[in-house]
Amino acid sequence: MPEGIGIQHFLILSTLMFFIGVYGFLTRKNLITILLSVELILNSVNINFVAINKYLYPENLGGHFFAMFVIAIAATEVAVAIAIIISLYRKLKMIDVENVNEMKY
Amino acid sequence: MENFSYTLVIPLILFFTFVFTGLFGGKFKPVISGIICTVSVFISAALSYFAAYQYFFIYGKADGAYRLINVFSFHWLRFNDNLSIDLGILLDPISVMMLIVITTVSLMVHIYSLGYMKGDIGFSRYYAFLSLFTFSMLGLVLSVNIFMTYMFWELVGLSSYLLIGHYYEKPAAVSASKKAFIVTRFADLGFLIGILLLSAFAGTFDFNKLTDPNGGAILQSASATFLGLSAITWALILIFMGCAGKSAMFPLHIWLPDAMEGPTPVSALIHAATMVVAGVYLVARLFPLYVFTSPQALEVVAYVGAFTSLFAAIIACTQTDIKRVLAFSTISQIGYMMVALGVSGYGAEEGLGFMASMFHLFTHAMFKALLFLCAGSIIHAIHTNEISEMGNLRKYMPVTHITFLIACLAIAGVPPLSGFFSKDEILVAAVEKNFVIFLVQYIVAGITAFYMFRLYFMVFWSRDTKYEHDPHESPKVMLFSLVFLAVAAALAGFIPFSEFVTSNGVPFASHIHLSVALPTVALALAGILTAYFLYKKESGSPDKITNSLGIIYRSAYRKFYIDEVYLFVTKKIIFNLISIPVAWFDRNVVDNAMNGIAFTTNYISEKIKVMQSGQLQQYAFVMIAGMILIFLLTLYLIIV
Repeated sequence: MPEGIGIQHFLILSTLMFFIGVYGFLTRKNLITILLSVELILNSVNINFVAINKYLYPENLGGHFFAMFVIAIAATEVAVAIAIIISLYRKLKMIDVENVNEMKY
Repeated sequence: MENFSYTLVIPLILFFTFVFTGLFGGKFKPVISGIICTVSVFISAALSYFAAYQYFFIYGKADGAYRLINVFSFHWLRFNDNLSIDLGILLDPISVMMLIVITTVSLMVHIYSLGYMKGDIGFSRYYAFLSLFTFSMLGLVLSVNIFMTYMFWELVGLSSYLLIGHYYEKPAAVSASKKAFIVTRFADLGFLIGILLLSAFAGTFDFNKLTDPNGGAILQSASATFLGLSAITWALILIFMGCAGKSAMFPLHIWLPDAMEGPTPVSALIHAATMVVAGVYLVARLFPLYVFTSPQALEVVAYVGAFTSLFAAIIACTQTDIKRVLAFSTISQIGYMMVALGVSGYGAEEGLGFMASMFHLFTHAMFKALLFLCAGSIIHAIHTNEISEMGNLRKYMPVTHITFLIACLAIAGVPPLSGFFSKDEILVAAVEKNFVIFLVQYIVAGITAFYMFRLYFMVFWSRDTKYEHDPHESPKVMLFSLVFLAVAAALAGFIPFSEFVTSNGVPFASHIHLSVALPTVALALAGILTAYFLYKKESGSPDKITNSLGIIYRSAYRKFYIDEVYLFVTKKIIFNLISIPVAWFDRNVVDNAMNGIAFTTNYISEKIKVMQSGQLQQYAFVMIAGMILIFLLTLYLIIV
């Protein structure tokens, strides 16, 4: 751990990343950017896992494993999401989330 | 040792026949289902005769008295160690006697119907229901406990309903069947309450225990009283209310005359010979209870019976529908049986009334079934029920004429036909106990002879009616039943009944009491002669008499307005004061509450459905906002 960098730095970073992700998720219209925002959220969580693991239980690796899991899940999730986006594109010739409103009342 | 387990077949074979013809009756020619049912009734009749032979002559006696034989019984419903509802078969003198009556009459009716119902659309349905009825009636008389009786009691009510409504296109038949069902159901309400009361105090449903004179049920019969009568008396009166409904005692008799809308053989089987005497049978079954625990209830039985028999006999004199005359005659004769039970004591000679009642039940079943079958034969020939449209039929229908005459003589009590013997025993029993009742019954004997011969002369003699086409004698199958029953009606009186059926099972010898018999026969002959002079030839004198009687005749003709009273009570009082407010409450309060809930739900969902916009980011925003809100709330709560 480098000198002068405490846990609060990590936490501030991850919080910033999380809310940037949330903001992007809520405001972007393009599905790909929304997907990127989701990745940001997931990675902020990863940073939290690793940092807190390091500071609370340095002898254990549970946090790291969870981070690994999240990375794996994120990869598969991206695969599925991209597949959905491609098929949406084929159908609508665009990938604006506002136009995907088939499931309303 | 004796083995009566074959008696199980007697009812069950008819149940299977019912299921079979009921389900598959439409698959083959109607006459085949008729024959199947007739054959199975024949088997059950043969087994009944065999059982009666074994019971009365070989195995039934122990220590000089006929005993109850529990052929078998198993626990069907168990409430606690003492109280359980069993199903099983009980043989004792009266149930074996009833087996004979039911299967004989049922067999005759089955055979008769092969001719009478020929060509009817509902032929196999009719036979299926006849089997159902016979099954339930046999189950009723064979039951081991009062609750099983109740179940079969309802089943006979149901099959009676189905058979009265056989011609369901006729509105009169439909309303008659409903009337029969509702009136008897109403009476059965009392029966059920009576059963529950009785079992609450006696702690058992079982007939063996209930009717054992030394048993707990009678000895501990409770001390609790209500309105001056002991609880057990109330129970027995309520049970008698059920009996009165089934046996058409005043004031619950109104359904029986209307039940004549059913096919005539059904009237012969159900509404003359078997089902309507179920009430008498049940009182006889519980007779030790009535005698030992509640003489008041027995008095109720006697007075209701006496009043009904007089009341119905008077109405019978005025009716012009052949079947209705017979129906009122049935009511009157059942009144006789009730009276006989009501004046009876317990024991051998003291139980004369009990024996007489069962004897009369037996002979009445034979001659009344015969009368109805004769009436059916007449209706079959000329297609009308109105006796004013009949006359001079003796020329066309000699066999029907002779058998009808035999039955009339039997019911009028002319020796040596069967009715004489049984009626004599009843009158003897009554004169020893209660002179007023005896007098009523004595007068009724005369009226009976009069109205039966009024019917006889008007139908078979009287004027030369012109018929559209000459009436023909009925087919052989029908005549066979008539002749068989005529022989039974003529000879049944010679059975030494007191040797077999007595209240405590001990046989005794009964005699003809000339001091009672002679006046009765004289009165019966007087009745017959009156009818002879009035109706043998068509004349104006009956009209003159009815005119001079005026209002009395008219009210008797309208059955003393009992139906109108019922209509008034139901339509004016119950409908207006109870049903209409209840219906209003249902329609306005209950329904509106439900509709209001549904309407509100619908309204709200219409309003909030726009929230379901399909915009993913909107949903996500709401979700996240909610999460933040909850987070802040939790934080606030923790801090504070």
